[in-house]
Amino acid sequence: MKKIVNNPEQVVTDMFKGFVSAHANTMKQLSETTVVTRKEAPITGKVGLVSGGGSGHEPAHAGYVGKGMLDAAVFGEVFTSPTPDQVFEAIKAVDSGAGVLLIIKNYTGDVMNFEMAQEMAEAEGIQVDKVVVNDDVAVEDSSFTTGRRGIAGTIFVHKIAGAIAEQGKSLAEVKAAAEKTIDYVRSIGMAIAPCTVPAAGNPSFTLAEDEMEIGIGIHGEPGIERKKLANANEIATELVEKILADMDFTDSDVAVMINGLGSTPEMELYIVNGRVQEILQEKGITVYRTFVGEFMTSLEMAGCSVSLLKLDNQLKALLDAPSEAPAFRN
Amino acid sequence: MDVFQVEHAHTWLKLANERIQANKEQLTELDQAIGDGDHGINMARGFKEVISKLDANDYDTVADVMKDTAMTLMSKVGGASGPLYGTAFLKLSMAFKGKNVDYQTFIKGIDEAVNGLKQRGKAEIGEKTLVDVWAAVSETLQDNTTFAGDTILQTAKTAMEHTKETMATKGRAAYFKERSIGHLDPGAVSSYYLFEALSLTIDEGA
Repeated sequence: MKKIVNNPEQVVTDMFKGFVSAHANTMKQLSETTVVTRKEAPITGKVGLVSGGGSGHEPAHAGYVGKGMLDAAVFGEVFTSPTPDQVFEAIKAVDSGAGVLLIIKNYTGDVMNFEMAQEMAEAEGIQVDKVVVNDDVAVEDSSFTTGRRGIAGTIFVHKIAGAIAEQGKSLAEVKAAAEKTIDYVRSIGMAIAPCTVPAAGNPSFTLAEDEMEIGIGIHGEPGIERKKLANANEIATELVEKILADMDFTDSDVAVMINGLGSTPEMELYIVNGRVQEILQEKGITVYRTFVGEFMTSLEMAGCSVSLLKLDNQLKALLDAPSEAPAFRN
Repeated sequence: MDVFQVEHAHTWLKLANERIQANKEQLTELDQAIGDGDHGINMARGFKEVISKLDANDYDTVADVMKDTAMTLMSKVGGASGPLYGTAFLKLSMAFKGKNVDYQTFIKGIDEAVNGLKQRGKAEIGEKTLVDVWAAVSETLQDNTTFAGDTILQTAKTAMEHTKETMATKGRAAYFKERSIGHLDPGAVSSYYLFEALSLTIDEGA
């Protein structure tokens, strides 16, 4: 393993220090926590938005803290949910009396830790609600499993909920918009090379030179199907078809996100996007906006994910609303 | 052993920590196979903190030892294991509060811990999680009348090994469906180490 770190067990602490100083103009650190909030938080009359998760997904989640998006992000250890006490601190710091919405990705650990934080906050009289993002179509949704994972589609949820919260809408209205986004967004990812968690020291799985894995998650976990490496057009086709098989986007306006997982160059992401746009056009799906880049990574995993968000007029307006978050300027 | 005392509790957690530290890589490798590869790292961090906490304090009751263990695990482990192990020890603490921890109180505590784990993880027996090990130990304890280290050890071991043959339907491993078969559940293995440490504590009488 070759990485630019000081001590594998200190990577989050060291990153946090660097992150806070890089964004000192717009964000502040809650002392003795791994929480960053907007500098002006809590904002009077505004619903507070809190998200977070394991580290290693940069720019998620703290890159989405800013006017028009999140009020706070909580850093966990690498690929590990933050703990309830940290999430609780974030909730307290952003609540102005209008309530707080937690945006959680559907992983057992994230759901448990955020729910415990919610219970702690409610015990102190803070109004807290939550939404759970589960956009990954690679995972079957059945009552026998934990359900679908939350991946890059979560960024759209941050954006839409952030925009409506900024308008001063109630907790129920913010939650409804976040839930509509969750209902309308679908994603799937693939990898051609794994990542290495610093403290583990070896790759999370192995792929031969001529292999790829479809349906990977964002934690270095293997995917659902391993097959021979295909070219970019074939990969793009397979990913989009899996999404379209899950939800009908015919005659819809959509936002497209081509997300890099950490070590795939923009060149390759744009190649994938080229084919994605062609397929959508062929299917009569109108692309309203496209986002290509790194939004939710998996350390240095090589690969990408594709997300499609169906848009109505409300969602279009909220997607287009201003955002000052460093990782999502609008 | 007739009554589980503060020094027993301390020894239990010290031995558990030693086992977790010694098997940190194994737990992480097991988690890389069917999870996200952080179980050993997280458990090692959490238990190390538990021992620092316990060593730095004097305790009058087993309940207090369990409570500090619970709070430390909850705030230092993260992931799914933090809330789960935190909940288990919190339930033990609540069951032991204001009591002399005799055998009946102890098994009541383990039973409450199992209920807490099921509730927090929304899991049942047979879903290839740590619940399988905790529930098996709880059942064995109910069938006995005194602290018996070897019985606990064998029960935990069998239940842990059984997770290899089952298909996961809860937790991160559930995404692997059939591919999860043939792999031990990392949470079941860390729970085994916990009960191995308990059995040694009982046999050695602290």
